[in-house]
Amino acid sequence: MSWLDRLRGQPSPRETAKQRLQVILVHDRSDLSPGLLEVIKDEIIAVLSRHVPIIAEEVRVTVTQDARECRLVADIPLGNRHSRS
Amino acid sequence: MGAQVITVTSGKGGVGKTTVTANVGMALAMAGKKVVCIDADIGLRNLDVVLGLENRIVYDIVHVVEGRCRTRQALIRDKRVPDLYLMPAAQSRDKSAVKPEDMVRICEELRPEFDYILIDSAAGIEEGFRTALAPADLILLVTNPEVAAVRDADRVVGLVEAMGKPTPKLIVNRLKPDMVRRGDMLDTSDVLEILAIELLGVIPEDEQVIVATNRGTPVVLEERSPAGQAFRAIARRLMGETVPLFLSEDGQGVLGWLRRLVRSGGGR
Ligand SMILES: Nc1ncnc2c1ncn2[C@@H]1O[C@H](COP(=O)(O)OP(=O)(O)OP(=O)(O)O)[C@@H](O)[C@H]1O
Ligand SMILES: [Mg+2]
Repeated sequence: MSWLDRLRGQPSPRETAKQRLQVILVHDRSDLSPGLLEVIKDEIIAVLSRHVPIIAEEVRVTVTQDARECRLVADIPLGNRHSRS
Repeated sequence: MGAQVITVTSGKGGVGKTTVTANVGMALAMAGKKVVCIDADIGLRNLDVVLGLENRIVYDIVHVVEGRCRTRQALIRDKRVPDLYLMPAAQSRDKSAVKPEDMVRICEELRPEFDYILIDSAAGIEEGFRTALAPADLILLVTNPEVAAVRDADRVVGLVEAMGKPTPKLIVNRLKPDMVRRGDMLDTSDVLEILAIELLGVIPEDEQVIVATNRGTPVVLEERSPAGQAFRAIARRLMGETVPLFLSEDGQGVLGWLRRLVRSGGGR
């Protein structure tokens, strides 16, 4: 990579390769495509909203990993019943 | 006791399995071990050529499996070192000619007579993959520091675990220290962090590997070749010695030390 790219703050091909691999492998290892994660998110929202008020736009469903262990993490902010009414 | 069976595998093809098998096998034999290298790449045999033994083949592994010769008859002895043997693959057959149970049986028969049995596998994760892995006590996973090769290596780690086999040990081949230094190539530490398995060795890109393959004299026989040194270090680690890893792009020795010093002083 050239000096100019480095000055411009461009990520190096090495960094780009590493980041791309990390994203690719999260999906390979868990067998969850980004599309499927969206579907899961929508269904979680649908099920939970029947029981508790939630802030649908802020729900995040992601796969995290620690060494080779994958974990599906859902972050679901609850809406406050009283302040909303 | 008997031999340790070591299978050399990869996800992506062409990353250096055959080169690693030939050179590590020869390095172990140079250190006085009794070694047999088995070519399990049925239909695309190459190990004979890399070792320079192609003119001496009479029988191959498929003859053994089909009972057309005894196991010993298919072993070609390398005359350059005391105890290195090759069991060649068949060239005109396909992967299904040797089944996992055949490979296990052949290894059981060879175990009492050798210290190491190295198996060179075919590329890919189909039939031949299981055959090469079936008798393995230790699995060496070869990859290049490239996105596609590392991705496929990760898949192999998962498959090996699912088969109930021990987690593979990693060999990073064709590392180009200059490119890593410029930020143009993944470093060993990046690959290790991503795959999260144990590292057995790093082999630099070395033109002498190609020269050696053209001649049929494995590069470990070349005293000064950087790749040859890396292969000898891997063999010593397999024999239980602690040999420092050439982990980062800085390399070893005074030059590497100076470079690190300058860099830590001057920042990035
Ligand atoms: N460290 C190295 N430096 C330079 N060239 C190398 C190095 N390692 C391997 N090569 C070259 O890369 C090519 C592929 O190597 P090799 O045949 O060992 O790969 P392979 O994994 O066995 O391939 P296949 O999947 O087809 O069996 C060969 O031409 C070899 O000479
Ligand atoms: Mg090969």
